[in-house]
Amino acid sequence: MILVIAEHGRGEVNRATWEVVAAAQQTGEPVKVVVVGHDCRGVASELATASVDEVLLVEDAALATYTADGYTAAIAAVVQAEAATLVLVAHTYQARDFVPKLAARLDRPLVADCVGLRRQDNAWRFVRPMFQAKLAADVLVDGPAPHFVSLQLGSFRADQVQRGASAVPVRPVAVSIDSAAIRQRPEEPFKEAKQAVDLTQADCIVSIGRGIKGPEHVVLAQQLADALSAELAASRPICDAGWLPMDRQIGSSGQTVAPKLYLALGISGAIQHVVGMKGSRMIVAINKDPEAPIFELADYAIAADLFDVVPAIIAELNSQS
Amino acid sequence: MKIAVCVKQVLSREATIRVNDQGTWVRDADAQFEINEPDQYALEEALRLKEQHGGEVIAVSAGPARVTQVLREALARGADRAIHVGDDALVEGDAFVVAAALAEAIRPEGVDLILTGLQSDDQGFGQVGVVMAERLGMPHATIIMDVSLADGQVRVKRELEGGWFQWVTLPLPTLLTIQSGINQLRYATLKGIMAAKKKEIRAVRAEGRASEQRIARLYVPEKSKQTRVLEGSAAEIAKELVQALREARVI
Repeated sequence: MILVIAEHGRGEVNRATWEVVAAAQQTGEPVKVVVVGHDCRGVASELATASVDEVLLVEDAALATYTADGYTAAIAAVVQAEAATLVLVAHTYQARDFVPKLAARLDRPLVADCVGLRRQDNAWRFVRPMFQAKLAADVLVDGPAPHFVSLQLGSFRADQVQRGASAVPVRPVAVSIDSAAIRQRPEEPFKEAKQAVDLTQADCIVSIGRGIKGPEHVVLAQQLADALSAELAASRPICDAGWLPMDRQIGSSGQTVAPKLYLALGISGAIQHVVGMKGSRMIVAINKDPEAPIFELADYAIAADLFDVVPAIIAELNSQS
Repeated sequence: MKIAVCVKQVLSREATIRVNDQGTWVRDADAQFEINEPDQYALEEALRLKEQHGGEVIAVSAGPARVTQVLREALARGADRAIHVGDDALVEGDAFVVAAALAEAIRPEGVDLILTGLQSDDQGFGQVGVVMAERLGMPHATIIMDVSLADGQVRVKRELEGGWFQWVTLPLPTLLTIQSGINQLRYATLKGIMAAKKKEIRAVRAEGRASEQRIARLYVPEKSKQTRVLEGSAAEIAKELVQALREARVI
């Protein structure tokens, strides 16, 4: 049985959790999903629409706000009680904060940041990037179950989640959490930038790189974004230069996204950017340099001047809508 | 304030990476190495905390004899002394093996704070620090962008996703994993390099834990995409692209 640890915030299931549910379903093994929190029955009900065996709901006032200590204590109890063979979770910042601790608590290995998994010769093989994704490794795990595995965002498609004909049961699981044993005292999350945007939830993203040449041309990209109902984003140099705010940065130091459409304008495709967008379902790259590495990932490659092509695309979109 | 900072020696960013003949690791016999980038920020943060609050910074690295190079570098930048956890197997060891080796080397020191980078540029586990904390019974916080110490507690700014941050307060001793860019790095001065030659690098043996994760095959990832090249006039390209987007139902 595969146990998926769900992540949620502000009453909503994290998109990356759906990707993990899809990955678990594709193995053909029985799947359960565990939701941890307080007053989060709605999240559990939403997950219960997926075709899984059941959803486990762990609620406690001490779990109302995420802490590594609280989540570790709660989920360790569930993993032990359920005798899962694999525990799958999205490789989010939250997972990076507590899953290594959870794995260490149970003294079972965690294969982190995987982009694939498959059964071969009666053993699981996990694929994970190494050396900053310049190489990939097939990893085997020894020793008894459970094995913990975190999946890189965008490695699986959230829209491939199989829904059930009717909702699966939500089973409350009682755990005892000693709130005095939780040592992290978190404050309310906040955003530094004004109008901060969560690009991870966007369906379409238009992203600009050095090829946009100057801040006066950002408006052209914005017009394309508007015509596509897309969010505008950028690679790091654009944000460092202040042409777009930092919260619109995609890449290793910015956000990691996996939209349906990622349209890269004048982006070369440095690894620091690519790690943040390579999971996109469709990638369109427009770049003057036909050798730009971004074309390696592109579904549609347009080796042309973006200042010629983008106005034409805007015109085409507007003429048909 | 006694601070241990874990620094990993990794292949230089400029190094050409080639898989070895067995297909299980990279050829690193004559490679150039450097301090893992996020660990450099952890070291810098440790040095700044010591400058504010006094105390001692101990640099710790696990691996074969060559890793003393990064310890010497840390000493040159201002660490007071260093511990080398020696074992050739640590290079390819899994996160638990490395965490056990580092934790047991640091345990007898009775430190107030342990800092690590958030992940390494080679293995990229992103878990050694957190596993160490669990092993040592310490609380932890990850991906930290600000550290302030007061009244036996530490208040840190955690980076969350999507431009969100969060302040978290923890009791000491505690372990923090540091995000790149938290501070401005200093580089070793000639005076620092000279002083480092007289500083202690103490060798300890690694705790003999066996890896449970094995690399069966290491390889250059295959290109999985079929790329369609759109050519012609701007109007032709636009027409073809918009049609393709509609057919794929992405718009």
